[in-house]
Amino acid sequence: MSSFARGVVVSNAIVAANLPVACGLALAAKQDGRATVTLAAFGDGATNQAVFHEALNLAVIWRLPVIFVCENNQYSEMTPIRTMVGVERLVDRVRGYGIATETCDGMDVEAVRAAAADAADRARGGGGPTFIEAETYRFCGHMPGDAETYRSRDEVEAWRARDPLTIARTRLATLGVGETEVAAVDDTVERRLSAALDAARAAPPPDPAAVALGASPYMEVTR
Amino acid sequence: MTPPAAAAATSSRTLTFRDAVREALELELARDPRTFLMGEDIGAYGGVYKVTAGLLERFGPDRVMDTPIAEAGFVGTAVGAALAGKRPIVEIMFMDFVLVAADQLLNQAAKLRFLSGDAVRLPLTVRTQHGVGAGTGAQHSQCFEAFFAHIPGFAVAVPAFPADAKGLLAAAVRMDDPCLVVEHKALYPTKGEVPEGEYVVPFGQARIVEAGDDVTIVAYGRAVHTALAAAALLRDRDGVAADVIDLRTIVPLDRETVLGSVRRTGRLVVVHEAHRNVGVGAEIAARVGELAWSDLRAPVRRVAGLDMPVPYAQPLEAAWLPQPEDVVAAVRSVLRS
Repeated sequence: MSSFARGVVVSNAIVAANLPVACGLALAAKQDGRATVTLAAFGDGATNQAVFHEALNLAVIWRLPVIFVCENNQYSEMTPIRTMVGVERLVDRVRGYGIATETCDGMDVEAVRAAAADAADRARGGGGPTFIEAETYRFCGHMPGDAETYRSRDEVEAWRARDPLTIARTRLATLGVGETEVAAVDDTVERRLSAALDAARAAPPPDPAAVALGASPYMEVTR
Repeated sequence: MTPPAAAAATSSRTLTFRDAVREALELELARDPRTFLMGEDIGAYGGVYKVTAGLLERFGPDRVMDTPIAEAGFVGTAVGAALAGKRPIVEIMFMDFVLVAADQLLNQAAKLRFLSGDAVRLPLTVRTQHGVGAGTGAQHSQCFEAFFAHIPGFAVAVPAFPADAKGLLAAAVRMDDPCLVVEHKALYPTKGEVPEGEYVVPFGQARIVEAGDDVTIVAYGRAVHTALAAAALLRDRDGVAADVIDLRTIVPLDRETVLGSVRRTGRLVVVHEAHRNVGVGAEIAARVGELAWSDLRAPVRRVAGLDMPVPYAQPLEAAWLPQPEDVVAAVRSVLRS
């Protein structure tokens, strides 16, 4: 089954381009009377693209069942987002659109789940879109080879203490979940990742004769 | 003059280009509940060129959606709706504004089927209008069909006659891949015979509007009428008979009809309103050179809009546009070669 069939629509290399597309998926669901909620995930930098603002406004005026999740990891590529936005919090810049908003600690999986559940309920109940700002942090650089000259090691280490997995483990312990059980989850995940990596490395490269896979009928793929 | 290909045993009547477009929209909206329209001022106002007048009243606001001035936003929304199985027909008010929605058109709509590894279909139709009108100026007169031919992903139709305006739009809406249908603002009031009822003109079929053995004149959109006017002048003044070919679609482009004519006449002039430099005519010239070199008796000539922005004042517009006299001069030059 393709990712699309599972509800994971094609990912996008253009920052913020997925937002209006999410509006369209939500519009179709609304037109068809389906309970499907559409979620668009993006970073703090996307909130500066014009199409981000257009999409939020369209979602509001058409009351679309869509959730806009902004993962504010403090950096828009290599630049601190604070230098690129005129307000203190990203949620403040969307208030003018009349959209429902939620903020949450993006390092706490339960907090994120609660915010998403509220937004999904609102969407399914005909209440329209929600903008969620989840505050988080980017541990790695923007891309391989990123010299990370824009932040200190101290800053990174301070946020490491708030690693979502660390927070989740502590929470599970207070809930009485034993270490053996937690270790078993770690083990299962490690195995799945290793298997996926091994399969990818072992897979043959694509056949050049199949270069036209995915081309539309009127694309003339000849030399 | 060869009439447009008509469905068997259907009656035709005279309609304006504008009314023919509306008729196609009406028929598709009635026939397929997945279709809906989106665009600026198309609903309550009926469209700035009155193409969509009456459609909101007949089909309601869920099928005829007025949008804010947000081309990237609503084209992107149409992309998402198409991914979900709808068949949106989006109007971009002036072709110049495709630049505002360029990412959603050319990075998203044109590429998502490919990026998905063929897992998705995007049955999106974009309607727009281009061309020099009466003082519409540099930012409301442009012809960008060459972009959509150069960047793979869209089929592109540019009808010159009302019947084709109806039939090509119907074909576009029924295609499962993105289509761009480009109307010309100056053609909206022009009249022609239009078949009644369901009428579909397939993409990729040029039409020989007039036949002649001395020269091939290829054109699309309003330039077809310029070519026909030039052909009449050439006939009357010089006794020259031209094949006038209306391409009808730029993607796919009916090379066989063009080549068939050039193999007979040996001389080709391409006319379009879009800029000459790196235009559709340049592609046709290159391709005919590759495929019919031994049949050509003269270089291919292009007659096109000047390579500068479109002026506003009427005499300057007229000087900018390719005129019938310019086509006559080009034909004479290829006949002399």
